[in-house]
Amino acid sequence: MAACTNRLDKFILSMRLLRNQQLQNERFLSTSVCRPAPEKDSDPPKFTPPPKPVIIDKSKTIILRKFLSPEFIPPRQRTDPFKFYLERKDMILRRKVLKIPEFYVGSILAVNMADPNASGKTNRFVGICIQRGGKGLGATFILRNVINNQGVEMCYEQYSPLIQSVEVLKLEKRLDDNLMYLRDAMPEYSTVDPNMKPETFSTSGEVPVNKIKVRMRPKPWLKRWERPKFNIQGIRFDLRLTPQQMEGAQKRAEPWREYDMMKEYDTSVLEEQIFSEVQSEMSK
Amino acid sequence: MCFLSADPELVVMTFPHLSRSLTGLIAGSAPVFHHRAFSVTAVAAAIQKMTRVRVVDNSSLGNTPHHRPPRVIHVYTKNGVGKVGDTVLLAIKGQKKKALIVGHKMPGDRMTPRFDSNNVVLIENNGNPTGTRIKVPIPTHLRKLEGDYSKVLAIACSFV
Repeated sequence: MAACTNRLDKFILSMRLLRNQQLQNERFLSTSVCRPAPEKDSDPPKFTPPPKPVIIDKSKTIILRKFLSPEFIPPRQRTDPFKFYLERKDMILRRKVLKIPEFYVGSILAVNMADPNASGKTNRFVGICIQRGGKGLGATFILRNVINNQGVEMCYEQYSPLIQSVEVLKLEKRLDDNLMYLRDAMPEYSTVDPNMKPETFSTSGEVPVNKIKVRMRPKPWLKRWERPKFNIQGIRFDLRLTPQQMEGAQKRAEPWREYDMMKEYDTSVLEEQIFSEVQSEMSK
Repeated sequence: MCFLSADPELVVMTFPHLSRSLTGLIAGSAPVFHHRAFSVTAVAAAIQKMTRVRVVDNSSLGNTPHHRPPRVIHVYTKNGVGKVGDTVLLAIKGQKKKALIVGHKMPGDRMTPRFDSNNVVLIENNGNPTGTRIKVPIPTHLRKLEGDYSKVLAIACSFV
């Protein structure tokens, strides 16, 4: 008799637990549309089927990469923004004639320049971009290559009328914004084949970052690249410097500089405006 | 005092121009032979008196090794600074020789190449080159020296 009631109790308990489980599950995943309780006197509401879910297939939609050339962003100065607006207009006029592609420091470019002294009147130079400097119409980029064991660098003005075409043979970024340390690196890192074929790259998605760490020539270097002022990520310091030297270089670190409010220059809003302006002007 | 106990490698690295002289003096260290025969200054400047230059043609005078690198002893310009296309007087292997500058480390005008070494081509007094070929690329704006140094341009292999 006692055993019977025991078992019954257990059964009731388990049923209660199951029901609770069920209720709990239903509470978290309610697949049914929440309907208000029907009013006592009205008819039960008409069955409305749930709206069809809109499936956005992200893999099919192509979002073009937003790129604003760095020379469009004006420096922080006490000049009238109108001056930069006029300069941008001139830059866009030139860009309509000469297509200046999207490129970064570390990409391999080929530039055809009009040269009265060269045979065939055009001069072609292929090299890796080591620096992009200047703002506005005076924007420059430096290409470096090693030809016949001689390192050569050419500084081109982007908006110069002498330039006939700029092609990107390989689009990629590097770990640093400035590759001037390639002058002190082994020559194989600066050598670019002048007859290189252009590689295709996608216009959407992230730009590939080349995480190469370059080997350097023995010291002395042109600059003390190990110092934190240059903040270089792309050199293999462990091959040329002892840990004591690295520590000694860290003595020159100025960790308070990142908190300097006077040096803050937030360009995000300005970039958006200028980007939309440039886009609309270029499409006209 | 601290220098005597310091690591010879470190001392040599901080004083690169002593790399050849001090190595024997530091007690207990074997002579360290460095990759470069001389130290290179950080400042890139155009060519002036006492600059060490690199002879880029295939003349025997320019290519035979000597214990001293060729140095400029006079620059034939109004100021003593030599740029691409200027003549200089070199001291090579104990003799004086004229040369033409074909590239320097100092950045010049935009659209002109900047070389990683100060390049020079040996020349006779009448402007004829001593060597027969220049393998290193030459800047194209040298072509305006068509009259004087046309023979130098003729022996050049590649232009930049």
